Amino acid sequence: MNDHANESHDHHHEESFVSKYIFSLDHKMIGKQFLIYGLIMFMVGGGLALLFRWQLAWPDKPLPMIGVSQEYLDEGEAVSEADRRWERWGEDDEENWFERTMYGGIIGPEFYNALFTMHATIMVFFVVVPLLVGAFGNFLIPLMIGTRDMAFPVLNMLSFWTSVLGAVILMAGFFVPGGHAAAGWTGYAPLSSVPDFTGVIWGQNLWCMALIVMGVSSLMGSINYITTVINMRAPGMTYFRLPLVIWSLFIVAILLLLAFPVVASALALLLFDRMAGTSFFLAEGGGEPLLWQHLFWFFGHPEVYILILPGMGLASEMISVFSRKPIFGYKSMVFAMISIAFLSWVVWGHHMFQSGMNPQLSMAFMTTTMLIAVPSAIKTFNWLGTLFRGSIQFTVPMLHTLAFVSMFVIGGLSGIFMANSPVDIHIHDTYYIVAHIHYVVFGGSVFALFGAVFYWFPKMFGRHMNAALGKIHFWISFIAFNGVFFPMHIIGVAGHRRRIHNPLDTDLAHLQGINEFITMCAFILGAAQIILLVNVFWSMFKGRVAEQNPWHANTLEWHAPTPVPHGNFDQIPRVYHGPYEYSVPGAETDWIPQTQSDGEPSRDEPIAAGATAD
Amino acid sequence: MLKWLDFPAWLPENASTFGEGVDKLFVLIYWITAVVFIAVMAVLIGFMIKYRFKEGRKADYIEGSTTLEITWTAATTVIVFGLAMLSLPQWNKIKVPSQFPSSPDDVLVRVHAKQFNWDMTYPGPDGKLGTTDDLTLENHLHVPVNKVVHVELTSEDVIHSFFVPQMRLKQDALPGRTINVWFEATKTGKYEIPCAELCGFGHSAMLGYLNVHTDDDYAKWVEEAWQ
Repeated sequence: MNDHANESHDHHHEESFVSKYIFSLDHKMIGKQFLIYGLIMFMVGGGLALLFRWQLAWPDKPLPMIGVSQEYLDEGEAVSEADRRWERWGEDDEENWFERTMYGGIIGPEFYNALFTMHATIMVFFVVVPLLVGAFGNFLIPLMIGTRDMAFPVLNMLSFWTSVLGAVILMAGFFVPGGHAAAGWTGYAPLSSVPDFTGVIWGQNLWCMALIVMGVSSLMGSINYITTVINMRAPGMTYFRLPLVIWSLFIVAILLLLAFPVVASALALLLFDRMAGTSFFLAEGGGEPLLWQHLFWFFGHPEVYILILPGMGLASEMISVFSRKPIFGYKSMVFAMISIAFLSWVVWGHHMFQSGMNPQLSMAFMTTTMLIAVPSAIKTFNWLGTLFRGSIQFTVPMLHTLAFVSMFVIGGLSGIFMANSPVDIHIHDTYYIVAHIHYVVFGGSVFALFGAVFYWFPKMFGRHMNAALGKIHFWISFIAFNGVFFPMHIIGVAGHRRRIHNPLDTDLAHLQGINEFITMCAFILGAAQIILLVNVFWSMFKGRVAEQNPWHANTLEWHAPTPVPHGNFDQIPRVYHGPYEYSVPGAETDWIPQTQSDGEPSRDEPIAAGATAD
Repeated sequence: MLKWLDFPAWLPENASTFGEGVDKLFVLIYWITAVVFIAVMAVLIGFMIKYRFKEGRKADYIEGSTTLEITWTAATTVIVFGLAMLSLPQWNKIKVPSQFPSSPDDVLVRVHAKQFNWDMTYPGPDGKLGTTDDLTLENHLHVPVNKVVHVELTSEDVIHSFFVPQMRLKQDALPGRTINVWFEATKTGKYEIPCAELCGFGHSAMLGYLNVHTDDDYAKWVEEAWQ
């Protein structure tokens, strides 16, 4: 640590606007770019959900704001006219996009299928992964392990701009004749592999290409994360001194690296089937429709844990800081995450119990799937153990964290129903699974994410977000979220299939009141996110200026100056502790930074570093 | 609002022999998860109130407890293995062909799914499919009550899913394959057969009917159909 004097001042050279804000090589700027990108896509994905929720609550009624064609409504022909317009797509240049897709404000079945397909595709691949892995992975990894940047800064920059390319390709699909991909986010062949079955031509092709491009972006990111975590930890930062969020991101990067090539191959085969006349997934050509499902879910189940593990990591940081206690059972938390990662490779068959896969396989997949309850329970009980005899501060990030824990418990428990193959016979492909995935990914990951944005915002932008707005956003979101997704369990049990355009097509009229309730809550939930956006963008420029370590946290990112300069640390810190030394008996403060050596203050600690801030 | 918490009450009426076993497992899992959920929430909320920040009180320094970790790991493992063991016979009974019931009285029917209809083919008097006396009806499946019905499930184009909520039966139909399932209805009536796997723009309206007749009515239907 004697040579740092030379390197510490190399990083203050002037940068142009383009190299600072656009093609930045700085992991912090790339993290912020992913954050903005993810938030924009979050609004798009959420907006699509509101459109199809309208159709589910008030089937075939025109959307209030898009404009009504009274003429067709009067004659009761609005839906068939919507169908006719869809088929004539592109023949009439006078028509605008809305007249083609939602003629008279009516969402026809073709557009409906594209809507839920793109809602899920965007939320999974373009929102949750970029926000959790892209934004927080980039921002936190170098800061929390105590290094100046990622191992490969150029690759990092390319990873972001590749994901922008992916989003552009994906969004283009909305404007091609035939509309966007309409085979569900799971894209089951042969519905997805033969254009005639859906009438979608370029939409589905673009969907494949966009996902391949996104995968390439994730690969670049994951190689970077793995290399950085293995090689660039600060002196003293052993693996078991890593904060849990770094562990979670490290594991997720490994999962991404191994899972993505599988789905990329599957997507390539799908493209061949569609464009080159092969029949990998077509029975009459000697192919096998189930091959797609095996490949997709072999990737897809690790992908589900890619979506939740970083949420668990983020929540673990916040629950420890705001309980002012060490995380309960640090090592068992790490091993629980590792076992979730291992198990994620041997459970994919539970998506396929009713698919026609050999039914004898079900016992194996049922058992491995239910085994995931074990590490999940370990994590939950450890979070509870962390609260035990703590000193709990109900800050905005902590509210989100507690919501994360309770929603994750619901999502985890509802999963046991579907892991059980006989019970799955009835609830498979109903709203029960829709409720389950949203409790895990929205109630779990996204609430952890909201909390994390609030928690790390002071370090990212040097300013605090507004706590009052944060609480209002939290409570409305939390209540509306449960209003949307809890009732989905019961309509699922009652037999409400997922992905149906009109619930009144079948004998589900007695559930229609619940569908209307869900939609009203969904609109409230959507509107509440405007509060979040306002809070984020207003606080970036006008928020209260943040001190260096506002939450009195131990981890290294709070040791870096605020705003964090290029190169992060004046001197590379030396690590003496695990990340969760809170309320240590006999210590002067209830927190001991990782940089503080026993007895004496750390050598390279700038003395003012918050220790005396209050 | 309480009704929203009582999941089993929302199950459609059960009308098949194996449906009861499925429902029993559902209720068992419902109660296990309900108890776990209530316990976790009680502890969570209790801790939130009891250990909330108070001026002058410091948190205790507790890093964990190996005993507790082993206890809850072992307890969860035992419960999930137990549940898997209990579930296996049910699953085998419904879905594993070697365990299907079989007797000369059984009824055989082929269900051929295509965008966006179910073609129901009956073997006719000779009891064999693929012969000249076969009869194909669109979307209407007629079966007698209290008889085992064997279904040969096929698909013309994309994947569909044969779903009869009241029979607790769901099975995907795959192009290029014949999948065998069975059920035995215990109640007469007319039940819906929606398609449960996204199959294109007509998916939502793809709907057949299962007509479960008394023996007399079934005999009458057979007579009219093959007169």
